[in-house]
Amino acid sequence: MKSEPLIRWDWVTRNWDNGSPSAISTLLESHMLMAFLPVLLGLLVALPLGLACVRWPRLYQPTAGLVNVTYALPSLVLFSIFLSLTGLTPATVIVPLTFFTLAVLIPAVVDGLASVPDHVRQSATAMGFRPLRRLLQVELPVAVPVVLAGTRVATVSSISLVSVGALIGQGGLGNLFIDGWQRQFYTPIIVGIVLIVVLAVLADGLLVLAQRLLTPWSRARRDAR
Amino acid sequence: MIIFDGVTKRYQDGTVAVDDLSIEVPGGAITVLVGPSGCGKTTSLRMINRMVDASSGRILLDGRDIRDADPATLRRGIGYVIQHAGLFPHRRIVDNVATVPYLLGWNKKRARARAMELIELVGLDPKLATRYPFQLSGGQQQRVGVARALAADPPVLLMDEPFSAVDPVVRTGLQDELLRLQTELRKTIVFVTHDIDEAIKLGDTVAVLRTGGRLAQMAGPATLLSEPVDAFVRGFLGRDRGIRRLSFISAKDVRLAPVPADLALDDENRPLGTHADGRALPYGTFDPETDSMRVALDAALLSPDGTAVAVDGDGRVLGVATREALDAVLRKYAGGQTGDGTPI
Ligand SMILES: Nc1ncnc2c1ncn2[C@@H]1O[C@H](COP(=O)(O)OP(=O)(O)O)[C@@H](O)[C@H]1O
Ligand SMILES: [Mg+2]
Repeated sequence: MKSEPLIRWDWVTRNWDNGSPSAISTLLESHMLMAFLPVLLGLLVALPLGLACVRWPRLYQPTAGLVNVTYALPSLVLFSIFLSLTGLTPATVIVPLTFFTLAVLIPAVVDGLASVPDHVRQSATAMGFRPLRRLLQVELPVAVPVVLAGTRVATVSSISLVSVGALIGQGGLGNLFIDGWQRQFYTPIIVGIVLIVVLAVLADGLLVLAQRLLTPWSRARRDAR
Repeated sequence: MIIFDGVTKRYQDGTVAVDDLSIEVPGGAITVLVGPSGCGKTTSLRMINRMVDASSGRILLDGRDIRDADPATLRRGIGYVIQHAGLFPHRRIVDNVATVPYLLGWNKKRARARAMELIELVGLDPKLATRYPFQLSGGQQQRVGVARALAADPPVLLMDEPFSAVDPVVRTGLQDELLRLQTELRKTIVFVTHDIDEAIKLGDTVAVLRTGGRLAQMAGPATLLSEPVDAFVRGFLGRDRGIRRLSFISAKDVRLAPVPADLALDDENRPLGTHADGRALPYGTFDPETDSMRVALDAALLSPDGTAVAVDGDGRVLGVATREALDAVLRKYAGGQTGDGTPI
C-alpha cells in the first residue's frame, strides 16, 4: 500500500465549491443553519418559558425535568423519533437540537433573573416602575450576562451535535465523517473536524464580543462579587 | 405631613411587624424611626410608599389616604434611598439619577440636565456621570442614591438605613451632607436607622420603636436624652446621656472673661498657646455663636488651666470661659430643663 498523505489538498480544492449538494461549502452552510437556528429558536422559547418559571416557581421543576429528559436521550434516538415526523429534512435535526438548547437556556434565563440583586429590584419598584417596564428595562438587561453565558454553551454544543445528524443524512459537515469512514479516506474527516472546531471558536468569540459590547458593566461586576 | 393612624401590619405568616402605630411626621423636617433590628422600621417606611400595604389603619399623605393613590404614581412622588443604594448596575450614573424623570416621561436631554444638577448638588464630581455604579466607592454610590431619590424633586424622602454600609468616616460625611442639603431643600424626610447616635444627630424628631412595632417614645433628640420615658428607651439610648445632651445646649450664654496675660496671640488676635516656663502649651477653643456646651466643655478639658478659649468664626479671640462660667450655664440646665424652665 502506497503511503497516503494525511490530507489531500487537491481533494479539498476540488470539493470546496463544486456545485454538488456534497460540496464542502454547501455542507458548511447547512451545518451553520442547523446549528444556529436551534439556538435562536431556543432563545425565543426559553425567554417566555423562563419568565413563566420565575413568575410561577412551581412550573420550574417539571419544565426543567422535561427538557433534561430530552437532553439525556441519545441524540440519535431523538433524531430517529423526529425522522418519522419530519422526514429527511433539516427540521429533523433542528427540532431536537432546539430541545437540547432549551435544557441550557431555560435555566440560564431563570438563573439570570435570579442574579438580579434584590435591592435593585426593590429600588426599581420604589422608584415607580410598573412590573412590565421593570422587567424590560431593569431585570432582563441585568440578566443578560448570565443568559449570554448559557447561549455560548448552547451554541457550541449545538455546533458539535449537528454532526450526529449525518447518520440520517442531515449532518452538515458531519456528512464528511461518514464519507471518510466509508472510503477509509482521512481527508474529509480532518476537514470536517477542523471546520467544526473553527466554527465553534468563531461563534463563541462573537458571543464574547457581543457580551463585551452589550454589557460593558458586567465584567467588573463579576470581579467585585 | 404624613399621619399614621392606628396602623398595623400583620404579615401572612402571622408576624405582627407594626402594631397600632399612630404618629405624625411633620412636613419639612427629618423624622427618624429608630429601634432594634426587627422592630418594624422598614415595614413602617415601606407602608408609606405602598411597597407594603397596611393590614389595618390609615396612612395619610398631606391629608389624602395613600390607599386611594395608584402605587406607581405615588412612588414617583416619593424619593427612596436604601442601604446598598440599589443602583441599576447596567445604567451609567447620569441615567441612574435620571430614572424617575424618565419614568415621568421627560425627554432625555431635560432628564439628563436635571441629573447633572443633582450630581453636583450631592457633592459628586460631574466626571463620574458617565461611569457605571461598580466604578464608584460605597460612599459615592450612596450619594448617587440620594441624587436619584431627589431627581424629580419629590416633597417626601424615605431613607432606610442609607448610611449603614459605609465606614464611619464616610458615614459622618454623608450625614453632614444630608443636613446641609436639608437646610436648602426642606423635604419631609423619614429616616430609618438602628443607630441611636445617628438618630440623635439627624432627627428633628425621633421615634423610638420597640420590638413588635410599638411606639416607645417620640420626641426631639434633646428631650429624648433628658427624659426617656422608660427603661427600654433609657437602655436603648445607652451611656453618657448627660454628656450627649450637652450637644443641644448652645454655648452662647457662657459669660466670657478677659484674655489672660499668659495667652499668647498672633498679629491677627488668634491664640498661639498658653505660656508656662517659656513653653507654649495646648489649649482648646470654641465658637460661642455656633458651638454647643459639649464643645465648650471639651475645650476646657483640653486646656492646661481648665479655661476654654472663645473665638469667633475667623478664629480671633473673644475671651475665655472659666470653669465657673461654664458651670453657671450647666447649672441652669440641670434636671433636663432649659434656662426658661421648658424641657429641652
Ligand atoms: N415579608 C415578610 N414576611 C414575614 N415577616 C416579615 C416580612 N418582612 C419583615 N418581616 C418581619 O417583620 C418584623 C419587622 O421587620 P422589619 O420591618 O424589616 O424590621 P426592621 O427594619 O426594624 O429591622 C421582623 O420580625 C421581620 O422578620
Ligand atoms: Mg430594616
